[in-house]
This record gives sequence, structure tokens and C-alpha cells, in this order.
Amino acid sequence: MNNAKSDIEPLIMVRQLTSEYGDQVILDKVSFDVHKGEILVILGGSGCGKTTLLRHMVGLNKTHKGSIHIEGHDICNGDDSIYQAALKKIGILFQNGALLGSMTVSENVALPIIENARLSKQALKRLVRMKLTMVGLGEYGHYLPSELSGGMRKRAALARALALNPEILFLDEPSAGLDPITSAEIDDLILMINRNIGTTMVIVTHELASIFALAKRVIMLDKSVKGIIADGEPHHLKQHSDNPLVRQFFNRESRNQAI
Amino acid sequence: MATAASVPVCTITIEQPDEASTRLSLSGRLESGNAARVIEDVLSRLATHPPLRLDVNLERIHYFDDYGSLVLQEIRHFVESRKAAFQLINVPEHVESILSLVDFHHQDYLPTNSKKKPISIFVRMGEAVIIQLDTFKYMTSFLGSVSICLVHGVLHPRSIRWGDTIVYMQKTGVDAVPIVALISFLLGLIMAFVSSMQLEQFGAGIYVASLVALSMVSEFGPIITAIIVAGRSGSAYAAEIGTMQISEEIDALFTMGFQPTLFLAIPRLIAAVIVVPVLTLFSDVFAILGGLVVSSTMLDLTVGTYITQTLEALTLFELMWGLMKSAVFAVLIALVGCLRGFQVRGGASEVGNAATSAVVSSIFLIILFDSIFAVIRSYW
Ligand SMILES: Nc1ncnc2c1ncn2[C@@H]1O[C@H](COP(=O)(O)OP(=O)(O)O)[C@@H](O)[C@H]1O
Ligand SMILES: [Mg+2]
Repeated sequence: MNNAKSDIEPLIMVRQLTSEYGDQVILDKVSFDVHKGEILVILGGSGCGKTTLLRHMVGLNKTHKGSIHIEGHDICNGDDSIYQAALKKIGILFQNGALLGSMTVSENVALPIIENARLSKQALKRLVRMKLTMVGLGEYGHYLPSELSGGMRKRAALARALALNPEILFLDEPSAGLDPITSAEIDDLILMINRNIGTTMVIVTHELASIFALAKRVIMLDKSVKGIIADGEPHHLKQHSDNPLVRQFFNRESRNQAI
Repeated sequence: MATAASVPVCTITIEQPDEASTRLSLSGRLESGNAARVIEDVLSRLATHPPLRLDVNLERIHYFDDYGSLVLQEIRHFVESRKAAFQLINVPEHVESILSLVDFHHQDYLPTNSKKKPISIFVRMGEAVIIQLDTFKYMTSFLGSVSICLVHGVLHPRSIRWGDTIVYMQKTGVDAVPIVALISFLLGLIMAFVSSMQLEQFGAGIYVASLVALSMVSEFGPIITAIIVAGRSGSAYAAEIGTMQISEEIDALFTMGFQPTLFLAIPRLIAAVIVVPVLTLFSDVFAILGGLVVSSTMLDLTVGTYITQTLEALTLFELMWGLMKSAVFAVLIALVGCLRGFQVRGGASEVGNAATSAVVSSIFLIILFDSIFAVIRSYW
């Protein structure tokens, strides 16, 4: 299926991934690819395992049932050095931001940069300020995360995820809980970064507006099959999907049967 | 992947078409992988020939990210701080879009505003006093709220969370029995050992029993138990409540109509006041047992004489005095632990500080109150 699409190897290759918490199976034999430079949106109802899938893709949840290759290296079954090397290529925006509460916003953003780039103090300050300007928080560097609003915390966390200009950025609900304007601004920022820096994005989101603005391709998960029920272009799926659940999602209709 | 070679290449050329101006051409990739090196390179080369006017030609840049704009900023700052002119020429569109994203043209992000003015010593002293006053105010209001809740609890006993109280009694009391017993036993052992060496010389070995019993029951029993409880449970109270504070759980309780003090502090307080005296009793008994072991093995005392002597030395008053003290210590530990927890603001490290501070303050207060008790007794 992926051979037809392009001759180059996909950036991320998920094969037969099975995920379980205890004996509760969340995902059952899920396979898909993420190609270089694309924005892939993962969507689905609450509790269908989107965050779980994302955690597997960044290696926080581990399993040997199935494989995940990033640039051809298997992070599920390979040894730790492979995983460490893969970590250098990815940035993650957690669902709750996960900023370190005892550090200011600037220090949070500076943290990965200090670890990985040899910059002078002054250059570091400039870079951090620049990253914060990108997400619209230029003036808030000296604030503690607890002194920010929820949306600002999200944006600060996005700045930290972008700190090293990772090749792949995983975003877990980047615009959940934000007002439509801020949310649209974050979408613009994501598109901008994708277009200019070439970052591959894997985004979990529910926001229909964001999905249509961002995604060339979406993957929809569902509890009933514990896996993917649709894979394709959102406008196309909205009109022509043969699965009523998918059409309902895109058209914002309620479903009448129980979950 | 072919383009993203492991070492991204950026070629730097510097020409001087005429005396007045210098032209710096950057070409290739300017990105996170090589920004630090390019900055170092360019600045060291510009330092040897300081330009009067610098034109930076970006025509042949084919990959550029925000680290690239950092490079340009560093160069601009270097040039402009030497009173020379800086200008970008032939800026490709993709570079321009990054530059506008980070607001390159309007800001120099000079880190000057972050430089703090030295604060005068009076301002700092004033601040310290204000902080202390604030803490004091908070403490007073906390004590007030505890008192109100206690009165409320006496009038409406059902409003107290007895289920939680029993859980804390187990955590604070039952779970601490082994460590309190062990430490007290060893303490009794040591005391008997040291005092027997002195008293033996006068043939007064029998008084080892009185010494161990009296000093444990009226002094060391309450203190050692209180210190152990402060370390085990006072810190836990502070950490638990502090974590709830930073994750807005306490705010949630408040909005649901619960009084956080009644909900969180009172059960811990009641639990501590009940179990700490009991633990102290354990401590006394085990210390006397430790003394008994030393006396009956090293001295020629029989178990019977040791126990008789112990009972003779002790009075009910001594015992009650010790238990009363330990109840006061329990109040101190629970109040300080909860207070420090409620005072937490900010993040995870604040929780750690609260736990540390809870232990340190309670131990200090325990010793302080013990001295006060000693003074009271001597003027009795
Ligand atoms: N750490 C965990 N332990 C057990 N079950 C979990 C854990 N995390 C998530 N789950 C369960 O896995 C399912 C999927 O969760 P999640 O991936 O967070 O859903 P979402 O799609 O909303 O992000 C849910 O039913 C949830 O209860
Ligand atoms: Mg989720």
C-alpha cells in the first residue's frame, strides 16, 4: 500500500501495533505510515486511544507486540541507543503542557537548548525570546507556568517542543481549551513551521476547523474496532466515507447508538 | 533524507568591494545543526576586520530556520554595537517568512531589559519583613480557621471526616510502631550502658533503672517519638496538601462547598493527637526493655529488681506529664505540616521545600516547647 504512494521510505512506520493496559486491549494491530513533511491528524472519540498511540510513537509506552520504525530504526524492539538517537529527532507537546513548574517559561524553553546546542548566554537568551515571540509569548518569559492561563501554558509548551527544531513534532490536542482565535493562530503557526522548516507533524485533535485547516491526511481511530476506521483526506472523508461514523464525525452529528 | 546530511553545510564568504562596505555572503543551510558554529566563525572573522557597513547576502540560502535568524541577530548586534550599519540583501521569500515570524525587523531582543538593577539593602530588608509579616498573617488566619473548624467539629461531630481520620491514624501511628520501637529500644540500651559504667563505680548500679525510666518517660520518649513522627508524617502532610494545592484540587474542594481546613487538616490533627501519645507509650516501654537487657546482662541486677526499681522511680504524674507533652508535640507537627502544605504555590520543587520546611520547623518547635515545659516545671 505504501509502495504505490512513493518510492522513498516513510519517516515513521507503524506495523501491527497492539497496545494494552493490563489485559485491557486499547489498540489492536494498528498499521500506518507517516511521510516526511506531511501533517497527519489522528482523530477519534474520547478514550479511543489517541494519546496512547502517540505515547507509543514516542516510546513512552512500550510493547513488543508490533513495531514502530522512525527513519528505519525500530524503537520498539531495538536497543536503548536507537531510542535515544530517535529522541533527538522528535519534539512532543503533551496534552497538559507538562512545563516544569519550578522554572520560568524562559528556563523551560532554554532547557533542551542548553543540553544540545553550544550557544553563548546572550545568544541563548535571544533564541529563547525568539521562540517565545513565535508563539506570541515574547513578553512572558519571566512568568512561572502557574501564573499563565491555560492557553498560554499550551503555547509555552509548544515553544519548548519546538526548541530544537525537531524533525518530527507530536502534538496532543494543541488547541483544546483555547479560544477560536488563539486556536486559529496556533494552526497558522503549525502550518508555517511545517512549510518553512519542513517539520513533520503528527497531531491529535478534535477541532473540526483545525482538522480542515491543517490536515492533508487524517487517521480516525475508533473503540469498536480498537484501530483505524478511516484514512484519507478530510474533505473527501466528510463527503464520501462509507463508514457512517466517520461522516457523522466530520458533519458534527450525534450518533444514536451507545458508545 | 539525502539533503539533511549529518553535518549541514553553510558556506561563508566575506568580500570587501570598497573601503566603506563589507559584504558577507551566506549560502547553503543555516539551521539548528550549524548555527553555533556559524556564529562563532563569522564573528571571529568580522572581529579581525571590523566593517563600517555590512551587507549580508542571503541569496543562495536554500534552507533557513529560526536558528538562522539567531545567527543574523548575533551578527546584527555585533555590527551595530560597533556603530556600523547592517543590512540584509537578496532575502529569499522563505527566509523572509521566518524572519517575520520571529519579528526580526522590529526587535533586537537585546537582553538589556533583563539586567536587574542592584536592589538597595533597605528595599531587601523591607521585602523580607513584608514576607515575614505575610507568613505570620497567613499563620494566624490558619490557626483561626483550625480553631473555628474544631469548634464546628465539636458542635457537629458528623462534619468531621472520621474515615480519613482512621486512615491517618494508621499511617501516622500503626505504621510507625516498628521504627519507634526499634529506636527507643536502642536508646534505652545506650542510656543504660553509659550510665551503668558511671554508677557501677559507686556501687549504685540499681539506679540505672530509675535513670532510664525517668529520663525516657518525662523527656526522651516524647521527644524522640515526636521527631520520628515529624520526619515520617509531618513531611507527608505537607507534601500531600502541597501537591493538592498546586494541582488546584484544594480550589476544587473549596468551590464544592468544603472547608479545606476541615476536610484536610482536622482529620490529620485529630489522628496525630490520638496516636502520638500512644506511640510515646510504646517508646517508653521499649526503652525500659532496652535498659533491662543491659542491666541484666552486664550488671548483677535481676529482672525483678530492675522492674521494682523502675516502678518505684516512676510516678503517675511523670507519665501523664510526658504524654501531655507528646500530645502538644502532635498538635505542632500536624499544624506545621498542614500549614506548610497550604502555603505551597508554584511547582514541584515548592512541594519539596514545604516538606523539608515542615520537618525542620516542627523539630525546632518540639525542642522549643520542650524547653518551655522544663521551665514551667522548675517553677511549679
Ligand atoms: N495509564 C493507564 N492505565 C490504564 N488505562 C489507561 C491508561 N491511560 C489510558 N488508559 C485507558 O486507555 C484508553 C485510551 O486512553 P487515551 O489514549 O488517553 O484516550 P484519548 O483518545 O482520549 O487520548 C482509555 O479507556 C483509558 O481509560
Ligand atoms: Mg488524550
